[in-house]
Amino acid sequence: MIASPPSRFTRLLQAGAIVVLMLPACEREERRFNPPPSATPGAARRVTQLQPGPPVQTIGVPSPSSKGGPYEENAYGVSQGKTLYNQFNCAGCHSQGGGGMGPPLMDDNWLYGSVPENIFETIVQGRPNGMPAFGNKIVSDQVWQIVAYVRSMSGLLRKDVAPGRSDDMYVRSQEQATQKAVPVTDPQP
Amino acid sequence: MTPAIQAQSPSAYSVHGPHSPQARRIDSLGDAMYLTSAILFVLVVAALLWATLRRRGGEERTDERRDRSMRTTVIVATAATTIILFVFLVLDLSVGRAITRNPGPEALQVRVTGHQWWWEVQYRDSLPQNWATTANEIHVPVGRPVVFELRSTDVIHSLWPPNLNGKRDLIPGNENSIWFQADSAGVYRGQCAEFCGHQHAKMGFLVIAEPQDSFRTWLAAQRDTAMTPTDSIALRGQEVFLSSSCVMCHTIAGTPAGSRIGPDLTHLASRRTIAAGTLPNTRGNLAGWIVNPQAIKPGVRMPSTRLDSDDLQALLTYLETLK
Repeated sequence: MIASPPSRFTRLLQAGAIVVLMLPACEREERRFNPPPSATPGAARRVTQLQPGPPVQTIGVPSPSSKGGPYEENAYGVSQGKTLYNQFNCAGCHSQGGGGMGPPLMDDNWLYGSVPENIFETIVQGRPNGMPAFGNKIVSDQVWQIVAYVRSMSGLLRKDVAPGRSDDMYVRSQEQATQKAVPVTDPQP
Repeated sequence: MTPAIQAQSPSAYSVHGPHSPQARRIDSLGDAMYLTSAILFVLVVAALLWATLRRRGGEERTDERRDRSMRTTVIVATAATTIILFVFLVLDLSVGRAITRNPGPEALQVRVTGHQWWWEVQYRDSLPQNWATTANEIHVPVGRPVVFELRSTDVIHSLWPPNLNGKRDLIPGNENSIWFQADSAGVYRGQCAEFCGHQHAKMGFLVIAEPQDSFRTWLAAQRDTAMTPTDSIALRGQEVFLSSSCVMCHTIAGTPAGSRIGPDLTHLASRRTIAAGTLPNTRGNLAGWIVNPQAIKPGVRMPSTRLDSDDLQALLTYLETLK
């Protein structure tokens, strides 16, 4: 028996369904090789003397405000952030999010704020009692990637954006499977 | 085609210009196969043409005679095919045996680690302070077997210097090895031969075969730490290096920079190319590479670093002192 060819309407419906299915993937895997100079809030402000490498003096520049991190919805950026988190030895103090010498990053407690700009400033400026200032040492684009990854650790990113696998031994459940830890609004520093 | 390749003779990147016993065995096996295939191809085409174009009629043969002659032809052709394939099986195995045999204890050991998208090359020694690490440039002494311990930190790569030997994969979590012995001094190009991501095509390397003496001199120089610059501009350049994002990934022995994420730059100025055989190592290329590597190798792990022109010039002057 020969099936009758699908009607024009059916074919349109099929094509439409495929396009709709493809839409969610638009942003997710986008590689930005030539990122525009992104805002670097408070790059020069430092609140600690600790930093990697020998001391550096920089002249202060006013910090422009920015609106959210550029990699919050980009799975590739977040996975790069995960690689950098380990390569730049964030894990040395914060472990894989459970904390050690440094505070844990996978819980709901944020001493210096949980929005991307807060975390950016924490990385760039450093914080009292041990967090080194990475300003000038990590380019802002990579800091934003690390920011997005840090947020994924407590489930603050969308599940389809957060990393689903590790390059090394699995020491924690995948970021993708992490329950969202709603940030505490008024943490005690 | 990058200028870095054009600097050498065209035969420095070809399987048909063998410069080691291994490559010569592979090349002659290839030649034998090519020649045999060519002769057989001509014979088959000639037989086909004869069968289609020959004049029919004339002397009529009986069915029995025709059957017998056809049977003989098929048997002879089948036997010849089997024999030829068997001969090549034996040749293939003997070449494989010859190029993988144990090179003996006097061989030099070199550890090559594949990274996306560059090669880390390390000459080890019983004393760790004598280790020398470089990148994308493998120096080997002429006439001495060199064994390569192949590793990878991220994905599968494959080491392929066509003038010197075949390909061998670098597999994460596993150690592989290959060896060759360069016959004559020269600069040969090699390439990653296993697709490994965005910049797989720009993951090249140079093999520099040189006489024993100059190899030993080179290795001794590579073991040294970098000298502290004496002039003020280079000193300023060192400060720029240590206070910007360079220090997070690169090593310069003799300074606090000791990260092993990117290539070791202790003797950067002694290398012929930058960015894994992509560009000749000149001041201008280096400047372009530091300021916007993403324009040269899109997707490369090195981020674009924005520097003042004074800082950049000082940094370049410093990097040029790293002989």
